[in-house]
Amino acid sequence: MLVVDVTVAILLTIGMFFMFIGAIGLLRFPDFYTRLHATGKCDTLGEGLIIVGLIIYHLFHYPGTPLVTVKLLFLIIFIFIANPTAIHALVKAAYRRGVKPWRWGEGRR
Amino acid sequence: MISMFLVIGLLTVVTILLCLYRAVVGPGVFNRVAAVNVVGTKTVVLLVIMGYIFERPLFFDIPLLYAMLNFIGTLVFAKYLERGELCSW
Amino acid sequence: MNRGEQGFGIVVTFCIMFLFWLILSGVFDAFHLITGGICSAIVTLISHGLLVKGRGERVLPKSLRLLLYIPWQLWQIVLANVDVAYRVLHPKMPINPRVIEFETSLRGDFALATLANSITLTPGTITIFVEPGKGKFWVHALAKEHADAHLVDKTMQGKVAHVFMEW
Repeated sequence: MLVVDVTVAILLTIGMFFMFIGAIGLLRFPDFYTRLHATGKCDTLGEGLIIVGLIIYHLFHYPGTPLVTVKLLFLIIFIFIANPTAIHALVKAAYRRGVKPWRWGEGRR
Repeated sequence: MISMFLVIGLLTVVTILLCLYRAVVGPGVFNRVAAVNVVGTKTVVLLVIMGYIFERPLFFDIPLLYAMLNFIGTLVFAKYLERGELCSW
Repeated sequence: MNRGEQGFGIVVTFCIMFLFWLILSGVFDAFHLITGGICSAIVTLISHGLLVKGRGERVLPKSLRLLLYIPWQLWQIVLANVDVAYRVLHPKMPINPRVIEFETSLRGDFALATLANSITLTPGTITIFVEPGKGKFWVHALAKEHADAHLVDKTMQGKVAHVFMEW
């Protein structure tokens, strides 16, 4: 049981680190497009890692209900497909509306 | 193990509060819509962790439903901002 | 689409919806099975034209190659996320964003959507716009190395073209 607990703890910590990177990127970057680079993708991977850790925890501590892991797996697949699509829709709308990308050496927006 | 989940849940709440700064300040409407989408995604993680803190592993229809609602909400916003109208009737 | 292809589409959609109901509910007594059958039938009648279009050519090898493509994609995601984490935390923030444009040889709907999703999932690039007639992609890149990976290297386009057999 100790190996399972340590693995789950490591996975949860790494996932949390990536979600922090996403939030810090949203604050630090100078422009709309670059902010979406940081959050849209680090967020997706961080969530995937946290939910994989919870699946491993569930398989060993609640052995009576194995179908719940299929539900969580479906949640991971849905997030990996839906998050990039939403980001692409927002970026396309901003480009059509004339939000200009940032170049090296300009001021923050 | 439950105490570890409590710590992770609190850290997720801290990241949500960090994103709220961009939702308030961000110049223009696009930054704010992006921040709201990010808050919705982190809420899904928070709901899954809360299902394990309260030891109710049959709770997971709710995060699945909220992830779908968040996705469709962001798509509707993007379509309205691009075209100026939602459906052309 | 003639009647044969429509019938095939209806049967496949009903099977997928019923399987999904069984996985999500987990209870196998008569009441739940009959309710699941009625709900799947209603959803299939409304939207059978959306999921399956025609009989599909050579679906099985394409699906197997797609399953082999996914682990490589996951490894690329992890590598490039570490790179973006380095750029976020560095005190000088070494980014140099630009918009690039390139052409591919893919024409099908599903192939273009897979490549656009893969480009957006790999940190360093976001798809801005796709033209389905000519296979052109407008992409916003974060630094020069990420832009070169698509203009000069072309590994990702080659792999997606190999999966969907559209060189």
